[in-house]
Amino acid sequence: MSVAAAPRAASCTLERRGERVVLVLAGDWLLAQGGPSAAGVLHRVTASGARELGFDCAALGDWDSLLVTLLHRLDAACEQAGVTLLGDGLPEGAQRLLALAGAVPRRGEAPPAHPPWWRRLLDGQILAGAWRELLDALGFIGEIVLACGHLLRGRANTRAVDFFWFLQQTGPAAIGIVTLISVLVGMILAYLGSVQLRQFGAQIYVADLVGIGMVREMGALMTGVIMAGRTGAAFAAQLGTMQTREEIDAVRTLGIDPTEFLVLPRLLALVLVMPLLTLYSGVLGMCGGALVALGMDVSWTQYLNETRNAVTLTHIMTGEAKAVAFGVVIAVAGCHAGMRCGRSSEAVGKATTRAVVSAIVWLIVADAAFNILYQRLGI
Amino acid sequence: MRAGDPHIEVRGLTMRYGARVIQRDLDFTVNRGDVFVIMGGSGCGKSTLLKHMIGLLEPAAGEVLYDGVSFQRAGAAGRDALRRRWGITYQSGGLFSAMTLAENVALPLQQYTPLDAAAIADVVAYKLALVGLAGFEDYYPSEISGGMQKRAGLARAIALDPEILFFDEPSAGLDPLSSRLLDELILHMRDALGVTVVIVTHELASIFAIGNNSVYLDAESRTMLDHGDPKTLRERSRHETVRRFLARAGTEDA
Repeated sequence: MSVAAAPRAASCTLERRGERVVLVLAGDWLLAQGGPSAAGVLHRVTASGARELGFDCAALGDWDSLLVTLLHRLDAACEQAGVTLLGDGLPEGAQRLLALAGAVPRRGEAPPAHPPWWRRLLDGQILAGAWRELLDALGFIGEIVLACGHLLRGRANTRAVDFFWFLQQTGPAAIGIVTLISVLVGMILAYLGSVQLRQFGAQIYVADLVGIGMVREMGALMTGVIMAGRTGAAFAAQLGTMQTREEIDAVRTLGIDPTEFLVLPRLLALVLVMPLLTLYSGVLGMCGGALVALGMDVSWTQYLNETRNAVTLTHIMTGEAKAVAFGVVIAVAGCHAGMRCGRSSEAVGKATTRAVVSAIVWLIVADAAFNILYQRLGI
Repeated sequence: MRAGDPHIEVRGLTMRYGARVIQRDLDFTVNRGDVFVIMGGSGCGKSTLLKHMIGLLEPAAGEVLYDGVSFQRAGAAGRDALRRRWGITYQSGGLFSAMTLAENVALPLQQYTPLDAAAIADVVAYKLALVGLAGFEDYYPSEISGGMQKRAGLARAIALDPEILFFDEPSAGLDPLSSRLLDELILHMRDALGVTVVIVTHELASIFAIGNNSVYLDAESRTMLDHGDPKTLRERSRHETVRRFLARAGTEDA
């Protein structure tokens, strides 16, 4: 390969010399500047009706893979058409590369099919996949129930260290974001209510609205959404990465049940932490509401008294029941996505997405179910 | 720029993770056309040295020169220009798992050449054929074996006809036969493409089969003990450690 000052355009012409056809290559054949289209050259060669194809590289300048790519295609086409390719006119390096590229025969087998999503929808694959996933999720919940049974009998491979670690990760580490969101949601509720209540001069009832709203509904729901995004996603990513690094296989082959070892500590930690965070969120929400109410000629003491009258233990317990259920939903969604993760880095991303999306969907569904239940029971 | 001229020069390189010194005062030259082996026991900083050479990590002191140009002192544009002349294969292939093999190899071509889609497809087919993976264009990395993934990684590394090929543990996790085939492929590449090859490995069979220049990093003293042709080092290195490291293969070799 010589070093040319300014690259010249690559070109090739076909010449008939005696009984053989010669491809005259000229100019610099470099990837960085491109060259004549391979299909065009191929067409000209086959059209010439040559039985033997030679090369003339006297005017060839610099070359790299661009040239060998053309030769590689010519080689394959010539073999198919029964044309003899005489490589002796080529630069030595190109001959060697050509030989190396032809050393391993092309694989005949068709690659695995990757049909587009609409194809799979029409074939019913997507529906079947969703059904399989539902069954799989039920199976996963079953495994968790069995693992809980083992735990209660004190025979589970669940380590207390892991449990406390996840307790720290899901609880104290989430305080900051829960604080911020709860205060803001409390203020939003207060503003929303005050616009209506002020028309009757009943601003004081903002305290009832915020108190009951936070404790029964928004505290658990907002904490749930935060934890789904924060912790559910983290569970899925942790377990998914463990899956790609074969760590879960290792757990299994050590004779340890991965559900007991990996899922239970996460689930228990979240189930324990969710009601506490919900309680905290409710209190903070009321503080947010109070801030707004102070600006509307309601004093601290009035607000506090009104809240004490409005928020009963029943209200608190209804919210706490939701929080426990939400904790289960988030942990199951996150761990299920992580445990069933594929083996590639892309799969970890998909698992995380699925964990958050299904956690939030099931949160809302569960919340609606709870509200209908409470309505029927009259609490 | 002929074979035998200095191609990569490492000058007074000290590598550190925080306060922990990995290796200090590394000084060696890789010549054009060499198959250069970075060797040493586990945890001595072989891969770290490679990462310093390819600019993924910044040295605590010293520099790496390519054809006399310091990578560390080159600006962002200069570094990019240097990088374009390298091909790097990572320990586990480093293939993008969301792309087919063809898309993986095509990525650098789309980025840095003016070729159209048909021409790129041709180049990709050629590069995959070169590493013995003709016909595997539409496979995803997860659908082929570990050895094939490494070869596919090599196809991507050579997509732009690099001047230097870096390999991080090319034979790790491969059976002896696949790892020998990969060694042969590396030698073929060197001969046909005229590239300089830098390899991190502790596979003695590989070291003697393909290496003609090397550096030995010692984990104990945190510096290089010796450098030169591994076959010569085995016989007459000044250091007992180096001779012992290399002689372990002697029993299998003889």
